[in-house]
Amino acid sequence: MLISEILTSLLLAAGAFFFFAGTVGLLRFPDVYTRLHALTKADNVGLGLMILGLALQADSWAAAGKLLLIWLLVLLASASVAHLIAKAAHQKGIEPWQR
Amino acid sequence: MAAMTLLPLLFDTLLGLSLIWLAWRALTSTDLFQAIVLFIAFGLLMALTWVRLDAPDVAMAEAAIGAGLTGALLLATLARLKANNKTKSAPEKKFSLLLTLIILPVVTGLVYVVLTLPQNTPGLAILVAENLKTTGVTNPVTAVLLNYRGYDTLLELAVLLVALLGVWSFGGVPKPHEAYSGPVLNMLLRLLIPLLIMVAGYLLWVGANAPGGAFQAGSVLGAAGVLLLLAGWQLSTRFAELPLRIILVSGVVMFTMAGIVFIVSGRQFLEYPPSFAGAFILLIEAAATLSIGITLAALFLGGRPGLRRHK
Repeated sequence: MLISEILTSLLLAAGAFFFFAGTVGLLRFPDVYTRLHALTKADNVGLGLMILGLALQADSWAAAGKLLLIWLLVLLASASVAHLIAKAAHQKGIEPWQR
Repeated sequence: MAAMTLLPLLFDTLLGLSLIWLAWRALTSTDLFQAIVLFIAFGLLMALTWVRLDAPDVAMAEAAIGAGLTGALLLATLARLKANNKTKSAPEKKFSLLLTLIILPVVTGLVYVVLTLPQNTPGLAILVAENLKTTGVTNPVTAVLLNYRGYDTLLELAVLLVALLGVWSFGGVPKPHEAYSGPVLNMLLRLLIPLLIMVAGYLLWVGANAPGGAFQAGSVLGAAGVLLLLAGWQLSTRFAELPLRIILVSGVVMFTMAGIVFIVSGRQFLEYPPSFAGAFILLIEAAATLSIGITLAALFLGGRPGLRRHK
């Protein structure tokens, strides 16, 4: 096996782990704010790792660039949407969870 | 090595089962909001299914229109339903029984038809591939949509227009509730809108020889419009009347005109000579992209612009 293939496998597995962690957080965390935190942060890192892993296998720099662009767009969208959802929840009067 | 061939099968099985489960949950959910979210999730998995079936054109259309814009339309409708009347209506028993009686034979018929389909037929794919040179494009999907079966696509455009007329017949634009504007949304829009317009242009252009085309490009344009409307952007009254209507009908008009032009030289309706076909398809698709995008955004607006609805 080539080194790049091993590296890709490791990166994809690491990405899958972060997605898994984000999903567990979404299901288990107590309120909307903590869930948003788990989902957007973990999934952004997870997607970044996966994109990196896939970019190693890309045929051309253009293809790798497109993959990177997808990640940047998702970062932009998820960060903004997380803010909008949290703001809407805050305006609705949902109190942050406290122990 | 056996695991490598088993893995796609496992994935496809999981995908198929998830689709059925999501469809069932979306239909049986009593909470409308939950049903819509499930429907959007269904649309995204459906897009993934089209990718697995090697149909990226359909996958893009499904993700953009089926999941994205239809989801936005449904959510907007729900918000309006909640604002207007708060009556809870559980589906009546008699009605659901009638529905079951109608749907059951349809499903049985469909299952029968699918099961009796001949195995592994190439269909018309070979015929399309052989005659691709005369169509003016190299993407077989675009060739079928815009050349071989042009009237199907023309009628689809007309259907979109009729749907919008239906929405307009309800009157003016409902009073917009407070828009969620703010620095974050504004910055997002400033970055995304130009990008969406560029992507729409790219999809339109690339449709001639790769997955893409008017419907995909139009839905991206429509998404840009929906984002603008959500952020509280309003169409200037100067453009709300004639200019808007001209753009809305331009797709159908351009398509029809391109179809008629060559009748004088003894051709059928919507039959283009091979030397002009490429240019004509691009011209039709450009107008159609604009029409589809603006129509979808106008559908989301939910009423006739320039006419304020009085409550």
